[in-house]
Amino acid sequence: MLEPYTTPLAGGLLIGLSATVFLLATGRIAGISGIVWNAITAAGERQLPVLFVIGMLLGTGLYHYISGMPAPAPSDAPWWLTILAGLIVGVGVSMGSGCTSGHGVCGLGRLSPRSLAATLTFMATGILTVFLLRHVLGGIA
Amino acid sequence: MKSLSTLLAGILFGVGLAMSGMTNTAKVQGFLDLFGNWIPDLAFVMGGAVLVTVISFRFILRREQPLFDLKFFVPSNRVIDQKLLTGAALFGLGWGLYGYCPGPAVAALTYLNWQTALFVMAMIAGMALQRRKG
Repeated sequence: MLEPYTTPLAGGLLIGLSATVFLLATGRIAGISGIVWNAITAAGERQLPVLFVIGMLLGTGLYHYISGMPAPAPSDAPWWLTILAGLIVGVGVSMGSGCTSGHGVCGLGRLSPRSLAATLTFMATGILTVFLLRHVLGGIA
Repeated sequence: MKSLSTLLAGILFGVGLAMSGMTNTAKVQGFLDLFGNWIPDLAFVMGGAVLVTVISFRFILRREQPLFDLKFFVPSNRVIDQKLLTGAALFGLGWGLYGYCPGPAVAALTYLNWQTALFVMAMIAGMALQRRKG
């Protein structure tokens, strides 16, 4: 097994490279929440977002196929929590105009104060949520 | 060429997510568990990605136009308002509850688990709901 930080770092560099290719070639920001929304709604041009999503699925499959690493097990959260968390993420990224990729990877890359504020906020509430979930409520999930 | 580069960018993104461990909800929640049994690995994902973009974007955005389009489609809004912060706060809440942000959730559809499909459907419903209400 590689050093524990090698694969996260290499994965992060590839994600940065992806955002670089996308911006340089198409002039667009690799924000996945926006890309997913544009891929499924008829509004605007659909071809590029659909291709990006197809690429993501191919890339993920390709990594596991080539590396031989097993796919990680799905979360054991109950179904209602899965739906609740999904809904909250969807409302949040739509209201906040972006997620970890759009605000985090790309927004910080172009030194956007809006994205910095958003990134600090979702990191803080994410950490707070896990803290409450695991250390106060004692793990309902 | 625009389509081909988009597909390539998507593939790189998918490989990066799977390689980094972001498609593993337990690992992501472990990363967010700063005050418990913290797993720091995933800090290197965001760190590595931003290290690349912070350098490359400077050069790219100095260009008149991207390679295969007439202009850049980069947000010009620089105002930090209540809507941005409320949305980001909610997103973080959902992220912590389950361990997936949108990219890894979509990439993990490859694993063909009904749980992930349910999460992604709920996420898209949430986006639709928010956009309808404005």
